[in-house]
Amino acid sequence: MTESQEKKISDTRNKERQAKFKNLSDIDIKRLYTPDDIKDFNYNQDLGDPGRYPFTRGVYPSMYRGQLWTMRQFAGLGTAEHTNERFKFLIAHGQTGLSVAFSLHTIYGYEATDPHSLGEIGKEGVAIDTLRDMEILFDGIDLSTISTSMTINGPAAILLAMYIVVAEKQGHAPSELRGTIQNDVLKEYMAQKSWIFPPEPSMRLIIDTIEYCYKEVPQWYTISISGYHIREAGSTAVQELAFTLANGFAYIEAAIERGLDVDDFAQRLSFFFNSHNNFFEEICKYRTSRRIWAKRLKNKYGAKNPSSMRLRFHTQTAGVSLTAQEPENNIARVTLQALAAVLGGTQSLHTNSFDEALCLPTEKAAKIALRTQQIIAHESGVCDTVDPLAGSYYVEWLTNKMEQEVENYFDKIDELGGVIPAIRANFFQKEIANASYKYQQEIENNERIIVGVNKYKQEDSCSTEILKLDDTIAEEQVKKLNDIKNLRNDKKLASKLENLKRAAEGTENLMPYILDVVREYASIGEIITILKQIFDVYREDSIF
Amino acid sequence: MDYSDLIAKLKEGSTRAVARLITILENDINASEAIINSIYKDTGKAYIMGVTGAPGSGKSTFISTITKKFLKKGKKIGIICVDPTSPLTGGALLGDRIRMKENFSLNNVFIRSMANRGQLGGLARATEDTIKILDAYGCDIIIVETVGVGQSEVDIFKSAHTVIVLLVPGMGDDIQAIKAGIMEITDIFAVNKMDLPGADRKVTDIIQMLEMNMNYNYTSENANKNNMKLKQWIPEIVKINSITGENFDTLLDIIEKHKAFMDKLEIYSSYLINRIKSETIQILRYKLTKKVEELIHSNKLIEENISQVVDKSLDPYSMANLIIKLIGLED
Amino acid sequence: MSKQKIIKVLVCKPGLDGHDRGAKVIARALRDAGMEVIYTGLHQTPDDIVNTIIQEDPDAVMLSFLSGAHNTLCPVIMEKLKDQGIDDVLMGVGGIIPEEDKITLEKLGYKGFQGPGTELKEVVEFVRNNLKR
Repeated sequence: MTESQEKKISDTRNKERQAKFKNLSDIDIKRLYTPDDIKDFNYNQDLGDPGRYPFTRGVYPSMYRGQLWTMRQFAGLGTAEHTNERFKFLIAHGQTGLSVAFSLHTIYGYEATDPHSLGEIGKEGVAIDTLRDMEILFDGIDLSTISTSMTINGPAAILLAMYIVVAEKQGHAPSELRGTIQNDVLKEYMAQKSWIFPPEPSMRLIIDTIEYCYKEVPQWYTISISGYHIREAGSTAVQELAFTLANGFAYIEAAIERGLDVDDFAQRLSFFFNSHNNFFEEICKYRTSRRIWAKRLKNKYGAKNPSSMRLRFHTQTAGVSLTAQEPENNIARVTLQALAAVLGGTQSLHTNSFDEALCLPTEKAAKIALRTQQIIAHESGVCDTVDPLAGSYYVEWLTNKMEQEVENYFDKIDELGGVIPAIRANFFQKEIANASYKYQQEIENNERIIVGVNKYKQEDSCSTEILKLDDTIAEEQVKKLNDIKNLRNDKKLASKLENLKRAAEGTENLMPYILDVVREYASIGEIITILKQIFDVYREDSIF
Repeated sequence: MDYSDLIAKLKEGSTRAVARLITILENDINASEAIINSIYKDTGKAYIMGVTGAPGSGKSTFISTITKKFLKKGKKIGIICVDPTSPLTGGALLGDRIRMKENFSLNNVFIRSMANRGQLGGLARATEDTIKILDAYGCDIIIVETVGVGQSEVDIFKSAHTVIVLLVPGMGDDIQAIKAGIMEITDIFAVNKMDLPGADRKVTDIIQMLEMNMNYNYTSENANKNNMKLKQWIPEIVKINSITGENFDTLLDIIEKHKAFMDKLEIYSSYLINRIKSETIQILRYKLTKKVEELIHSNKLIEENISQVVDKSLDPYSMANLIIKLIGLED
Repeated sequence: MSKQKIIKVLVCKPGLDGHDRGAKVIARALRDAGMEVIYTGLHQTPDDIVNTIIQEDPDAVMLSFLSGAHNTLCPVIMEKLKDQGIDDVLMGVGGIIPEEDKITLEKLGYKGFQGPGTELKEVVEFVRNNLKR
């Protein structure tokens, strides 16, 4: 063989499929990673054993050898009666944690009769208007033995108050209660959009719940700081991480400003991340998040208790990655995403159902989603050892690289004066909108392949079984609301609402006042309307 | 096409007729002439306010709040929100309604978004015509909102009775933008978001700018109070908060004062004359530009001239003079 | 350019669902295709939407639903448009719409039904090719 022939063959072998390889955060990925890429690597400083500062390898020493992650599937549909039945079924089958999805009208603090509630009642979650609905929702369920996660933000303080009162009526003290409220308003302005009030009064309500829970409900997780929705709105992995952690620090700072000690409340904060398509990028995202959180908590906020430094998180696979085309392919996507979350050390996990790009999940699809987690847990062997990817040149390089990119974002946010001023300047909103548009364009231009969408496309449409809901739920809910309104002590309620209004005008902690009006069966809509009069409502800019 | 049916409905107060007429005005200059011709005598009753400010100065929230105040006084309000057209694609994103999500009733508030559609004074023309439609429709107050950049936007504001510029504390560039743009025609400077630090500083900056560039004297205590006696209005400065509505009563008083100032006979007639002149210039600029464009692309003689310019036997100025002669506009 | 009518589109998020990523990406794509796009923002009631249609007089309206509220809201919106005598506006619906609902909505006069994963140029073509005026 001549030299030129040899060269030709070797050129062909070295030729790559595309000019550049980039992950979803637009980071260039090299062909090969070697010890040179992690030259300054220091095991104890950068990783530490699992359960040890800076917790890169995991927050607990034995991780899944000790206890598997919690398989927590989100549920909530129709009226409180429907969901109560579902909860009892789940408990009977051994589930020890509940996760409540609320109706959109509850999330926005509208009454079932408000024009905004039209078509939304009970569609995406359980419809709650008053304490009466919460009593029905948890009827026959012992709140001292179950842990309940509530995905609620704007009215989080009100739903927490209702939960406390339901427990009281069961004879349980607030100190016995375990659970989580999402209560993360900052990401609402950035991405999820279920805001009610402007940022400042919203922050006050959140710190009110932190302060109240520290004293009265010490086993409660007060905020689930969420990157999930930021990612779903179209951010990159780095943006998800940077913006979420920045929000976490903003809550820490606000609580410290209220006069709380960081070790009193930081361990009651938890996180909620997305798991998207790029496998290693996601794994490194979780590892990086733990390291950044631990370092800042210790060095910047002076935490002494290691528990304050542990970043614990729930993961949900990326809803936005699901395709309506050939929906069964989503099972494979969800499996890879779930595996990334497990290799990244998640504390709990929700796997999406493959039909969610088409409708609310059917029972069959929901079962496959849960089975996916169980197969990873029991069949794959990935849980046999802790953080098996540590020490990989690529994984450690990418973990470092993402940390650096996140720090760059922190600098930008600081330049803008912090998270809230940056929200007001639409910084996050613009960053997310641009990333989202870019991602979509890459798919359109075939620079990014989505199987069944822009490659290996099939024309015939699928016939997937679909779940339907009817509108009688709304009628039932309106009737229940009207019934309870007829039974209330109007005079007492009016005076308690007036007290709440006056307290909102001042600076007192609002939790006791909210508990008072909840006990009188004030509707969430009524409470929110009162608070809107004092706090005003938030209006978004149009950021594309 | 005959627009008498739509115009009749407009006069009966049909919101849909207003909307449809505006669409026609935006897209067809020939139709505009016919429409304006038949409603012109019904115009001249509305009070026109121009509102501008840099992005982030809170224009839409300001307009929501002031609209609520006017509604309380029983007024009917028209709002025109102008956003820029993308020079690359010719498309536009019109997002101002988003922040005006008050539940204004259809009968009392009419909001219309418009894209500025680039150069040639097209923006000014369509906006002027839209103002007239809303005026004939019976709006008591018409608010025109733009980002306030460029000559054609200054042109629109020449039709406004009162021009309000919004500024916010902390933002450094907005004063520079005003100096380059509409300082001369601003009647009221409103420092929005007065709760933010730096509001007083902003007021001082505005005063300094006006004293340096316009030779107003704000240090003399009577400067503003004398406005009614003066021939020229000295811009007033007010701090406001559009979210809480704080100081809006003061602002409304100033607007009333400016209205009274404008109502003085000699001021008003000179305003009208200036407005008509400016509008006529806009129409002519639009029409002549179009005519010249058409001519340049179709006239044989001009084609010959162009080749003469190419071989340097004629220079561009001389050719322009030939064209002026050709369309009969020679001095 | 002055001769050619510019297409004006209203992009709406009816109901309380806050997932506006799709609506915004579509708004931007229509803008990039040379259209004038009015984005209404979130949480629009049928009255809000119909009022905006009356005032802005768009050639097309694109409604985006992900929460399942389309079955309730779409008939109400169409009814209100009929009351106003508006029948020359292209009414498009996108988002998560199950097959059998598409048939019902089609009967009401809605078109499109672009779901997740639809290419942007497809949406642009849809608007261009289905205008009623």
